[in-house]
Amino acid sequence: MKSDELKSGSKQLKTASEHGIQAPLALLAELSHRCPLQCPYCSNPVQLEKKTGELTTDEWKSVIDQAVDMGMHQIHLSGGEPTVRHDLEDIVEHCTVKGLYTNLITSGVLLNPDRLKKLEKLGLEHVQLSFQDTDNENADRIGGYKGGHAKKLEVAKWVREVELPLTCNCVVHRQNIDNLENFIQMALDLDAERVEIAQVQYYGWALKNRAAFIPTPEQLDHATQIVEKARIDLKGKLVIDYVIPDYYAKHPKNCMGGWGRRFLNMNPKGEVLPCHAAETIPHLKFDNVREKSLKWIWENSEAFNLYRGTDWMPDPCKSCDRKEIDWGGCRCQAMALTGDAKNTDPACSISPLHKEIFAMAAEEARRAPPEFIYRRYGVRFNSPI
Amino acid sequence: MKDILKINESVKPKFPKHVRFRHNKARDEWVILAPERLVKLDPVAVEILKLVDGKVSVGEISTDLSKKFNAPKEVIMKDVIEMLQELSDKGFIEE
Repeated sequence: MKSDELKSGSKQLKTASEHGIQAPLALLAELSHRCPLQCPYCSNPVQLEKKTGELTTDEWKSVIDQAVDMGMHQIHLSGGEPTVRHDLEDIVEHCTVKGLYTNLITSGVLLNPDRLKKLEKLGLEHVQLSFQDTDNENADRIGGYKGGHAKKLEVAKWVREVELPLTCNCVVHRQNIDNLENFIQMALDLDAERVEIAQVQYYGWALKNRAAFIPTPEQLDHATQIVEKARIDLKGKLVIDYVIPDYYAKHPKNCMGGWGRRFLNMNPKGEVLPCHAAETIPHLKFDNVREKSLKWIWENSEAFNLYRGTDWMPDPCKSCDRKEIDWGGCRCQAMALTGDAKNTDPACSISPLHKEIFAMAAEEARRAPPEFIYRRYGVRFNSPI
Repeated sequence: MKDILKINESVKPKFPKHVRFRHNKARDEWVILAPERLVKLDPVAVEILKLVDGKVSVGEISTDLSKKFNAPKEVIMKDVIEMLQELSDKGFIEE
């Protein structure tokens, strides 16, 4: 999209309420981009925010107050790695006093039993702990952090010792998908309430490593069968959430429940994003809670209103009867794969680019996986995108 | 590992620790909150869940509601069991 097109169109953009959109349900709060792990499928933007630019404790507290006043239900404290922040305790306490359902999304490697106990006392309600694989060697290789997996198993025990409920976040791909049954067993052994089996989604950093991660259609079918069986066998015992790589789906994912419809994401410096990958769309300008209220931003921010509703859609989305079901799929994926965020997400089988991209990915999946391009905080890489 | 809960008259249901039944002031609505889950509730469900505390049984909840709404206990209890079983299967209710 050309910038002049943006400018001329921006005045006519409808706001949230003009679209009939209510207040968002949940806030994904990226407290920091700092992280000790180096996962090659990192979902943070390619340009990471430095510590010095991060919001202060008081600024986060103000955001939390505003979120509650707007009627939000949940907050996900995420990153990067949220536990790098020494004020995490203050932030958790403020969330729970205000009545937000408070969820910590962490790699766990920086936690200790005392800190977990304290967080639980302050009202933390749930912990999501990431796992890279089920065996030490491969998990540590993928996360780029020696001793990480063994530490995570310890952390899971500490979480349960303070009676915090646990979700195991398992990112699966061609290099660990054969361990899927072990992932589910691990979640049971760790006494988790829930396990999230999420295939890598390919934008931002993960797209650089797609060839190393994308499973073959056969691997995926097998994985889906395992999940479907486990869901029946473990009904009422373990909740299993499953996300397939949408390259292999018939329809694109209903990304974020539609652009700017249900959720918002804040990055460490206070910019408000419709999704955590939105910074991969270069022409978007994000409003900042340091300058505007969260409510104003949700209602008026151009980055939100640009792709709200269906008016912006070109064909084939415009004439599709699913346009208010999947909302055109993922804007970030459309940007990454077609160069225009307005295009139909190529994950959709109706996209004119679907066949070509699907064939390319399937071909990558058949070849030997290349070396990872690791994600190191503070180290600059040349962007291959 | 937890066993599957079969809701019946003597079960004393409660919310698991990670599941919150809360009133959202700004929206003026009762919801169930769990990790990445939000359950909106109809007024009948809200009345039932307000009585769920881990101390009273399904039978007692049904007796209470049958008085409050002046309806036969058996009819009420059928609804109570059905709703709590559905929530239990999704991990939102335990004993």
